[in-house]
This record gives sequence, C-alpha cells and structure tokens, in this order.
Amino acid sequence: MANHAGNYTPGNGFERWLDERLPIVRFSKEHLMDFPTPKNLNYWWTFGGILAFMLVVQIVTGIILVMHYTPNVDLAFASVQHIQRDVNYGRIIQGTHAVGASMFFAAVYIHIFRGLYYGSYKSPREVLWMLGVIIFILMMATAFMGYVLPWGQMSFWGATVITGIFSALPIIGEPIQILLLGGFSVANPTLNRFFSLHYLLPFIIAAVVVLHIWALHVPGNNNPAGVSVKDNRDTLPFHPYFTMKDLFAIIVFMIPFAWFVFFAPDILGHPDNYIPGNPQVTPEHIVPEWYLLPFYAMLRAIDFNVLFINSKLGGVIVMGGSLLILFVLPWLDRSKVRSGSFRPLFKPFYWLFVLNFIALAYLGAQPAEGVYVVIAKLCTAYYFAYFLIILPLLSRIETPAPLPASISESVLGSDKKAKA
Amino acid sequence: MTEKKTLLAALILTLSLALASAPAVAAGEEPAHAEQQDWTFAGVFGTYDRNQLRRGFQIFQQSCSSCHGLEYIAFRNLSEPGGPQYSEEQVRALAEQYTIADPDAEGGEREGIPADRWPDPFPSDQIARDANGGALPPDLSLMAKARSIHLEFPWWIFTYFTAYQEGGADYIYNLLVNYHEAPEGVEMQPGQYYNSFFSGHSIAMPPPLADGMIDYEGEGTPETVEQYARDVAAFLQWTADPHMVHRKELGFRVILFLIGFAVLMYLVKRRIWRDAH
Repeated sequence: MANHAGNYTPGNGFERWLDERLPIVRFSKEHLMDFPTPKNLNYWWTFGGILAFMLVVQIVTGIILVMHYTPNVDLAFASVQHIQRDVNYGRIIQGTHAVGASMFFAAVYIHIFRGLYYGSYKSPREVLWMLGVIIFILMMATAFMGYVLPWGQMSFWGATVITGIFSALPIIGEPIQILLLGGFSVANPTLNRFFSLHYLLPFIIAAVVVLHIWALHVPGNNNPAGVSVKDNRDTLPFHPYFTMKDLFAIIVFMIPFAWFVFFAPDILGHPDNYIPGNPQVTPEHIVPEWYLLPFYAMLRAIDFNVLFINSKLGGVIVMGGSLLILFVLPWLDRSKVRSGSFRPLFKPFYWLFVLNFIALAYLGAQPAEGVYVVIAKLCTAYYFAYFLIILPLLSRIETPAPLPASISESVLGSDKKAKA
Repeated sequence: MTEKKTLLAALILTLSLALASAPAVAAGEEPAHAEQQDWTFAGVFGTYDRNQLRRGFQIFQQSCSSCHGLEYIAFRNLSEPGGPQYSEEQVRALAEQYTIADPDAEGGEREGIPADRWPDPFPSDQIARDANGGALPPDLSLMAKARSIHLEFPWWIFTYFTAYQEGGADYIYNLLVNYHEAPEGVEMQPGQYYNSFFSGHSIAMPPPLADGMIDYEGEGTPETVEQYARDVAAFLQWTADPHMVHRKELGFRVILFLIGFAVLMYLVKRRIWRDAH
C-alpha cells in the first residue's frame, strides 16, 4: 500500500508554492487523511490512537508538574505535597499524571496482546513490532524513574532494588550501577539524573512512535482476518472513518481514567509512598508498580544457581530475556496464518499465555516464599515455553481453518452470520 | 461469540493486572483484622462531616499535638470549604495562640498568622526522640494515606469499583481502640505498650485516649475512646486529603460530561460509518 496514489491538488498559489518546497500538506493528506485502512478493524485497533493520546497527556501534565516540582532529596516529597495541596488544580494534574501512567500501561498491554493474538508481528511487519518493543521498554524505564521522583519510601527502595539489578552483571554491572546512581547508593545525584532522564525519555519515545507509525504506513495495518489488503474495496480512508472511531474510543477510555483520577487517585499506588523516603528504614515489602510486576516475578523466580551463573544474575538474564525474546518473536512463530481466529491449536495456548501473564503479575506482588515461588517458576517456564517451544512447534503441526478470500468477503460474511 | 470471549478475556486481563498490586498492601506476618467503620467521606458521594472534623481537631489539639506534628496543614486550611470550616476570625485567633519560630522576627519568635503551618511540637527530630524514649513520633498530616488495612481476597477487588480510600482512617481507628493489657506470658519492654492491632503488637506510643478525657461541647456525642478515635481518624483523613470534596464534585461533572460526549461521538461515528459497507 506504500504505492497508494495521493490525490492532493494544491488549492491555491501559496499551497502550490509550499508544496514544491516542503510538501507537508501533501504528506498530511496522504498519511493522516487518505491512508487506506482495512475496513474490518475492530475496537482492539483503537488502542494505538489511545496510546498516542496517553503519551500527549503524560507529556502535558508532566511539563506542568515540573513547573512546581523540586528535584532535591530534602524538598521533593514536600514539593509533591505542595502540588497536591496548594497549586490550583494540582491534585488533579498530579493525579492525572500518576493514574495516567497506569492507564498508559493498561492500554499498551492490550495493544501488545492484540498484536500477539492477530499475529501483527509477522511479515511484513517485523520492524513495526520491534519498534513497538523498544517503545515498551522505554516506557518501563520512564515510568520507573518517574515513580522515584516523589521520593516516598517506595520510590527510594524501588530505586535501590531496581538499580541493584544491574550490579548482577559481571564486570560492567557495578560501573553501570554507579553511573546510574551517581554514587554508591540512592541519593540526591540519583534523584537529579532520574529527573533529567524522566524528562528526556518521553521525547525519545515520541520519536520512536514516529518511526513506529512510519513502519506501520509502509505495509499498512494488519487486521482481524489477518489476510492482506487486495484492492480498495477492502479499505476505507483513515479520515473520517478511523479518526472518528479512535476519537470515540479515546473518550470511552477517559471514563475509567477519570474515575480513578477524581474518585480514587491513590488506589493504584502504594501507601508507603506517602512516607518520605528514608534510607534507614526498609519497608516490609518492596513492590514495584503493578505494570512491572510480571517481569519482577520472573526476576525473583530464579532463586537457584545454574553452573557458574548465580541466582541473582540468573534472575536478571531471565527478566532481560523475557523482554528481548519479543524482538525475535517474528522468527519464532513461522505460521503463515496471522490471525489467531483461524488457528484452532494456537488459541488455547494463547489464552493460557494471557492467564499466565496475569498470574505472574499477581505473584510479583506476593512475598517470595512458600508455594508462590514454585508457581512463579512454573509461570516463568510457560512464558518462555510459549515463545521458544509452542509457537515454533505449532507452525509445523497446525492445520489452520480456511481463510476468507479477502477482507471485504470476511466483512460481508460476518454480516450474513449476524443477520442469520 | 469469539468477540465476546475476547472482550471478556481482555477485560479480565486489564483488571487483574491493575488489581494485582493490591494484596501486597499488608502482606506481613498475620495482618490483624480491622474493623471497618462507616465513614461519611466513603464512596463517591462521601463528604466530610464538619462537626466530626471539628471534634477530631479538638482531639488532635488536646491529645496528639503534644508529640505529633501536622507539617502540611496551615492554620488557614482550617477555614477552607470542605474541611472543618472555622470562620476566618476563629482561625486568626487560633493562630495567635501559637508562637512561631521565625529567624527573621525580632527575638526569633512571633505570633502565628493563618498562613503559618502547624508548628512542630519539637524543634528537631533528635529532641523529639530524646523526649519520647528514643522513638520519633511521626508527622500526622499524611498518616491516613501512608497506612492501610489488610483486606482478604476477594474483598480488595471491590475497592476499585467503590473507590475505597478509607483504609488509612480505618487503620488509625483500629490502632487507637486496640490498646490492651499485655496477655499472659507476653513481656513488654519498658516504654513499649501492648496493641493488638499494631504490627508486632508492641508500640512506643502510650495509649493516647481514655473514656471521658476530652469534653465535647453540647450533648449527644458519646465521650468514649471509640468515638474519639473515629473523630480523630476522620480529621486525619481530612489533613491527608483536604480537597477531596472539591475533587469529587469536579469528578461528577467530568464523568457526566464524558458519558454524554461519548454517546454523541458514538452517534457521529455510526452516522459516518453507515455507508461504509
């Protein structure tokens, strides 16, 4: 679809003049308005737009918060209280930013799991998928550093635990940790560099998002049927059809978002973060924010040594691997059929993977003891088995259900079924 | 059918991810059971009871404030809408009763004004420790947010739908009413008191409340430890979240607007898509 002909004709002399020098209007018309989009996209596809919206929300609220926040270990906690109590609408701006991080991750998980189900990572969208994984990893780094800024107990101890992860790496580990901390422990230099990076990373995310959309606009959208677009009966122009659908979805998404911001702004956080950070008192349980829990659970699941790899390094390898494996997913799942809807064997394993991921999140919040450790190991094993064993194997042995001949046929087919 | 299944599954996915953080709140050794109270500020419609906040402030002033600070509360907050709502004259008169350390004032001290923060009972943490057998009495402004109670599965799931944020007030109430004689065989260290709710059962704070110790104005409100505890817990919920009422009011307007807007957007979307197939 990269060859779709733009039908932009400059409307007046100025537009013609501009078009010859910087064809930005032509570009916008082609990519934001006329872009041919499969007509059968369901509401799971609106989360891309929702995520773009969330990035803007986080950047705008974040910039306002910086106007009132003080990055200093003695003043940071009080400055957040100042924002919540004395700044006009500060409680709502700060609440939107904090709850916004959770909503951002809720949306990105739906977006990722949608991609996993419909095979959006498969050829020719491998680069699109990999850019998405980069965005996801950048998001986690950004969110983690942002959580440190209020300098509560969980901020301080979360920073201590997470930066400690790096010290497990041989040789380069400790220098990296010292570089991150700006010293030998979490202190004022740590807070200052995290603040700086927390301000920087969202703009890097925005840049990668541009690449992500670029990589989307070369092959065009995947779709629930998973078959490629054949002719223009399969598509609709992005505007007004999908701009309108996405806007509607964004407004609906804002309802639970507002629910948390206005009625329970602290419920997604941890009470300990309302205690000022104190290097002398360790909280009973150090728990990261919910959206990092599945990976935290895998980190902790490795409590045994393997040959010369001790359990700490093992945990780091497993956690890093759980993210890096996503980069090679397009080459692990060789099934030619993209959409999970037409893969009878794939479906149960996929849904088990979803449940398994939820279980990992739950386990990440539990103390690492007793039966929880055993279950965490099983869940970690399934996480990797899904990518390394099940998907490669399925692509060999599975007989997919017959695919619709085209997108327009699949749309008409489902209409017929709905009427019958 | 599959659509419905996927919808359900994704709903479960997001919810459970969001919920997974909850059980960690108090996963210590055998968390004590908390008696949950009926709070006027509970739920989406909840507001503070002005009279209760005033009674709670009285308890704070006459009992807690000799050891505990209230760092993030200024005198002027006491006259703000949604709180105890004393008149500005009352607040000014109250502030004048306090001496504020101010290096810029003559003699290093001056009378309080409404813009002053609540003065700390001790000039430094070390002095506070020395006066309290080595234990530092924590600041109370955020106590109602910095603590919560343990809820068993599945009860914590509902908290997301009821906008439960009273865990801190429930914690404070339960702490204050659970001072008891140490049971047989439990030896208390000097300067430690037995509290069946506190983690570890041994707390450095002496029982701060006793039946009848503070006189409430007027009739009708019982002067019992339970009532005192409830009132001061409500007051501390307010100090932690002084603009809750305003926030909720705004929330209603925002959410009603969003629902109406979503309906209109849906109709527009349907209208546009009508001729798409």
